[in-house]
Amino acid sequence: MQMPQPNAGVLSRKDQIVARLAAVLPPDALMSDIAETRAYECDALTAYRCPPLAVVLPSTTEQVSAVLKICHDMGVPVVPRGSGTSLAGGALPTADCVILGVARMTQVIETNYPDRYIRVQTGRTNLSVTGAVEADGFFYAPDPSSQLACAIAGNIAMNSGGAHCLKYGVTTNNLLGVTLVTMDGTVMEIGGAHMDAGGLDLLGVICGSEGQLGVVTEATLRILPKPEGARPVLMGYDSSEVAGQVVTDIIKAGILPVAIEFMDRPCIEATEAFAKAGYPICEALLIVEVEGSPAEIDAQLALIMQIARSHNPVELREAKDADEAGRIWLGRKSAFGAMGQINDYMCLDGTIPVSALPYVLRRIGEMSKEYGLGVGNVFHAGDGNMHPLILFDANKPGDLELCEAFGADILRLCVEVGGCLTGEHGVGIEKRDLMHVQFATADLEAQMAVKDVFDPGWLLNAAKVFPLDSSAPRRAA
Amino acid sequence: MTPETEEALAQMIVAADGPLRIVGGGTRPIGRATGAALSLAGMAGITLYEPGALTLVAKAGTPLAEVQARLAAENQRLAFEPMDHRALLGTSGEPTIGGMVAANVSGPRRITVGACRDFMLGVRFVDGAGHIVKNGGRVMKNVTGYDLVKLLTGSYGTLGVLTEVSLKVLPDVQTQATLVLDGLNDATAVAAMAAALSSPFEVTGAAHDPAAGRTLLRLEGFAASVAYRAQALAGVLAPFGSVTLMDDQAASAALWAAIRDVTAFAGQQGCVWRLSVKASDAPALVAKAGARAVIYDWAGGLVWLLADGDLRARLGDFKGHATLVRGQADVPVFQPEPAPVAALTAGLRAKFDPRGIFNPGMMG
Repeated sequence: MQMPQPNAGVLSRKDQIVARLAAVLPPDALMSDIAETRAYECDALTAYRCPPLAVVLPSTTEQVSAVLKICHDMGVPVVPRGSGTSLAGGALPTADCVILGVARMTQVIETNYPDRYIRVQTGRTNLSVTGAVEADGFFYAPDPSSQLACAIAGNIAMNSGGAHCLKYGVTTNNLLGVTLVTMDGTVMEIGGAHMDAGGLDLLGVICGSEGQLGVVTEATLRILPKPEGARPVLMGYDSSEVAGQVVTDIIKAGILPVAIEFMDRPCIEATEAFAKAGYPICEALLIVEVEGSPAEIDAQLALIMQIARSHNPVELREAKDADEAGRIWLGRKSAFGAMGQINDYMCLDGTIPVSALPYVLRRIGEMSKEYGLGVGNVFHAGDGNMHPLILFDANKPGDLELCEAFGADILRLCVEVGGCLTGEHGVGIEKRDLMHVQFATADLEAQMAVKDVFDPGWLLNAAKVFPLDSSAPRRAA
Repeated sequence: MTPETEEALAQMIVAADGPLRIVGGGTRPIGRATGAALSLAGMAGITLYEPGALTLVAKAGTPLAEVQARLAAENQRLAFEPMDHRALLGTSGEPTIGGMVAANVSGPRRITVGACRDFMLGVRFVDGAGHIVKNGGRVMKNVTGYDLVKLLTGSYGTLGVLTEVSLKVLPDVQTQATLVLDGLNDATAVAAMAAALSSPFEVTGAAHDPAAGRTLLRLEGFAASVAYRAQALAGVLAPFGSVTLMDDQAASAALWAAIRDVTAFAGQQGCVWRLSVKASDAPALVAKAGARAVIYDWAGGLVWLLADGDLRARLGDFKGHATLVRGQADVPVFQPEPAPVAALTAGLRAKFDPRGIFNPGMMG
């Protein structure tokens, strides 16, 4: 993975930079000693590491603004960081950068039930947003797997999804407003507690911009009343084609489940060995969850079971109570951990049209043989967001590179069938150099033009998202 | 000018020596657009529709009615319920899917399921320099690069000329019913609508018509589920007044079409304003608005006002935005933005349309 040469001028001015930052921050909010900054050398894409020049952990929007203004004036690159759970290297530092972490900005600023929103500082974790409102019967809908740890700041930067977005949408559909600090330190409000932008939908383009347009310090999030209940059904099939058809038939029947999860045989086997959830060993397993009152759930599940039966399942299991529901979800929720028990793995995140599922799974199986690396598939089947997990051995020379090449081939396949490189993890550095596969030059230029407006000096997280050769003229300017 | 291909459109844009007024169906003349008409009528047709994947792709000039007919044949729909502006604005012609996207047109269901922009999966457009650009795609989860799809949706043609759009569609419902509360004042009506939307009973419309003295709450879905939720929701609403159930599907649908299209204002003279605010702020703002007629939608988050002159001056410093949808007043049509936001907007327009030729009078 190539990263830009650190700016020698910035490195040589480290002492002055740290001194100016120290003037606007409490002593415990600034770190520049390698013993401390090393803790920030990577995010959840741990294969790549680089200690930053310095780390700042501001507590207020004013401190964020002051830090950015100093870095802007001194030409210092800044990499924003939420909780550091990015699987795409979104928070990977460069040696010449200041890491701006929002981990200390965890306050709930306002909770408003009549208008159904919560305003939080963005260092707050995803799950603790729900935690702040659930006693009153509300929840925050986007639920990425890392929700215990991941920060709202990172959710906004990556436009995070989750298992339940078929019904509730992803972050951008649940974000009403932000306080944005641009690289020159300007603080502005975009959106608010009202709905839809008055002018251009700047909120829409800020969400998912991977920390390249500004630092979001506060966010107004839509909260929803908790459904009366939810219950899953588990079904197993002896081919992925049939499972794919079941998904299509459910959707065409007018039912909108909150989640439709898919696992293939390698994943089922690993999960069973690890979590012993009692899954049938078969080619394709679906977990379909619906919500509502007990009677509504019964009615929806009856329809779903009828569709499921018409395709001759090898297993069909309806959760009768919370305990059975928990067991059905247990395997799916421990799938990544299970794969990690077997091997090191790399988790991909491409999205494909649902209709292309059988073809894509078959091709991934063929490529797995060609590369000699195992792969298991977990899949948000309702929306086509795949999570192939490629197994490799990090201690074996060349295996990581082989795994990355295999991953890139899978992502090319996703684009080829009409999909995209990343459904919810973001581009970061991981998919950066594949952007040409999905986008023509004019497509990338239009996106980079947006960054030109928000961050003309290309100082914010500039080595991410865009292929280095595409962004080089702007980063050098 | 009526190009039939993206390439021809790009050539026309490059060759243009003055402002261009971008026209879909011409049914939503909001804002002060000037310049030579550039019609998208030559670029029409549904290019892809996969009901099982809930995905539809259409060229920008495709009549909305054609899209809706195709969806209805598969028992699906555009869930954000786009408003038809013709009655309110006194226009004729056929609304297009591109015009709908350019103006981010939604309806009452927006309060629960999201706006047009939330269902947008992809766009193709031509920018002011004649570059053909694509963003997003046809899949439901996509965070690959910046979300220009949202930026273009609701940009009123100021950043580029849309040529193709992809949308997420949803299953249509088996039935609907409406709960009606009579005689509530505005503040109580907003409180009742908030209570309904804070319940787990999946209300998909919450409107209040002060003139008719009615507050409306819509439920949709499978018949048994609607019946169950109607009963449960009536219990939630009981403290606010007597509740009647309108379970005649056609009558309920007609009510919501009238709310969606603001038909109450259709024949009346004067300026029409569209106010987007925090719902609980709405009654106090309406009290200051000096309006002759008012319709609350989105539980109070969207207020339609029949009010002449400078509404914004009367409202004072409020959080949200007011758009002059119809009529003449010596005020900006779109809500003026705070300086830092206006600077970003101006910067984006200068990047995407360096010569300032796309709908120059819009959104300014």
